[in-house]
Amino acid sequence: MTNNPAVRYLLQAVNLFLFIALIAAFSSGPTVRQLEEGMAVITLAFGHAGEPVRACHKRTPEELAALAPNMRAPMDCPRERSIIKVELLMDGELIHNIVAPPPGAFKDQGVDVYENVTVPEGHHEFTVRMNDDAQTEGFTYSNNYSVNLAPAQLLFIDFSQQKNGFIFN
Amino acid sequence: MKSSTNPIKRGYLYLEEWFNASFGEAWNPLYHLGPLTFFFFWIALVSGLYLYIFFHTTVDNAHASLEAIVHGHVLGIGSLMRSLHRYASDAAIVTIMLHVFREFSQDRYRGTRWYSWFTGIPTLWMVALLGITGYWMVWDELALYVAMGASHLLDVLPIFSDSMARNFLPGNLSDRFSTLLAFLHLLGQPMILIFMLWFHVKRLTHVEVSAPKGLAIGCFIALTVLSIYSPALSHAPVNLSKIPTELQLDWFYLNIFPLLQYWSPGEVWLLVTGITTFMLFMPWMPKKNEGIPAVVDLEHCNGCGQCVTDCPFDAISLQPRTDGAKWESEVIIHAELCAACGICTGSCPSSTPFRKITDGGSLKTGIDMPGLTLDKFKQQTDEVLAKLTGDNKIITFGCKHGYDIDAFSAPNVGTLHLFCTGMMPASLAEYALKNGADGVVISGCRHGDCYYRFGNHWMDLRIQGDRKPALRTRVDRDRIKILGGADIDGKKLHKQFSAFHASLGEKTATPSTAAAQEVSHD
Repeated sequence: MTNNPAVRYLLQAVNLFLFIALIAAFSSGPTVRQLEEGMAVITLAFGHAGEPVRACHKRTPEELAALAPNMRAPMDCPRERSIIKVELLMDGELIHNIVAPPPGAFKDQGVDVYENVTVPEGHHEFTVRMNDDAQTEGFTYSNNYSVNLAPAQLLFIDFSQQKNGFIFN
Repeated sequence: MKSSTNPIKRGYLYLEEWFNASFGEAWNPLYHLGPLTFFFFWIALVSGLYLYIFFHTTVDNAHASLEAIVHGHVLGIGSLMRSLHRYASDAAIVTIMLHVFREFSQDRYRGTRWYSWFTGIPTLWMVALLGITGYWMVWDELALYVAMGASHLLDVLPIFSDSMARNFLPGNLSDRFSTLLAFLHLLGQPMILIFMLWFHVKRLTHVEVSAPKGLAIGCFIALTVLSIYSPALSHAPVNLSKIPTELQLDWFYLNIFPLLQYWSPGEVWLLVTGITTFMLFMPWMPKKNEGIPAVVDLEHCNGCGQCVTDCPFDAISLQPRTDGAKWESEVIIHAELCAACGICTGSCPSSTPFRKITDGGSLKTGIDMPGLTLDKFKQQTDEVLAKLTGDNKIITFGCKHGYDIDAFSAPNVGTLHLFCTGMMPASLAEYALKNGADGVVISGCRHGDCYYRFGNHWMDLRIQGDRKPALRTRVDRDRIKILGGADIDGKKLHKQFSAFHASLGEKTATPSTAAAQEVSHD
């Protein structure tokens, strides 16, 4: 340590300055850019359980007899749910595709979807369609939406079975 | 690995040297990183309490209430408090990271010290979580960024049945969550943090929690200057239909969130859990084998408890006497906590080479190190003294973690290696002076930075006569030199050594009678 108090105080001031400079440098910077200029975001977020993978089957008397007495339910309905398939089209072009298998040990749980898709700003026609039934060919739900997206706008697409399809917010 | 070939250790030592030059050993921030961290938390606590008085925790009012605090309070006190709250929290991360670097670079995280390291890693996580919830509460664009990032990370864990991230989409917001956050940030997390800190220091004694006043004042002034010059500001309030494009991130706390732009939440978890797991198990990569733990010889221990007081690692305690002796207590060693530093031997009043009570001819003490018993220590001292030739003979006792004392070797300079200078009974210096040495050098770690926490400090106090068992007052202190330094301090230490050697020459011309006086110890 230097014996000159003035030098010592100066060195201490330099150290404390470096300390707060370090804090200032990383306390609010460097800046993070989440989204490129001229882009907007589509968020597809919903929870939905697919239809059972096959229709219920009425058990025959022979099938019932083969079961234990307490298990003799007349209908045999599968627990397993269908895979949820979603397609997002922008101006007629497929821009995002989701294939979500049902979670759970017996594949009987609902699917939670949360996906962001970055798109250019401007006027676009969106189509979202879903197949949630393994027994149905094609799509069980399909909705269209026309929107003029501002830069950095968030278009949130939800799904509600009660409202018969996708909801654009 | 010697520091001369270990760039990490050398780097730390140069940093320490720079701070020693600037602040002196008493105020060196690297010697007070724990207390400084506590101090920054105190600033964050007091400023946080001020903010909480005026802050609204609801989603709709949080941002506006904070803006009112920052811009509406007289004399800018609100802004100062908010800025101090942020910058003190950031400063705590700096001191914590320096603390981790120090313990790692100086190899003070393995062996019996695994516990402090192991409990420190989750504590670091709790500090980070405390900061994250703090940023979340403001409910500005940065808060939304943090909320979404944290939700994505939590959604991949099998904790919640529904997606947490969907709570932050238009129409889904609720005040219940912000209330939960306020509870976590203001009470839950700080309480857990205090418990974790208690566990972290549980195996240490004499834990320092208050930073030196001058250093604390300096840091406070520095943070205040920063708060006035560059006040902490909020981002724009949350607009759920717009993505915040540019964010001024606090990288001290929010550094993992940008990774989510490039990696999936699962990959981010893999990284952070990988780093955490690696750090948790570093003390065993490879495992450090401490020396043989200290042993107690009840026949020579009166249970005075000085070793209990001096042990830096809480490895010694007292219990009621079991051998029927007249003393009230006896000492027991917790071998799994013992770092084998030998400080207890140096602290035992029975540890003296002048002792006439021997067992079968060998010198005994109340608490001894099987790796270098007091008897062997005395024999080695005798051997070194016997080999010294020439004028101004010096015997140098050196700690194996400090400077390599063999560099001082000469026909009139002998060396003897110890686990720690703290294991040397102060009376051994007197013994050496009485048995042929003109001077005694005790060379330990840098002052204020003992590898075993207090060894060189206790030694200094014993030699000065300020700590038991103290060197007797009539011993000539001018013939004893205490050096403190690391491997990179050779030039400075040799200069001090030479000056001491030269001073002995002057003393030989007018010899002190003190060292030659007859002494007798039990």
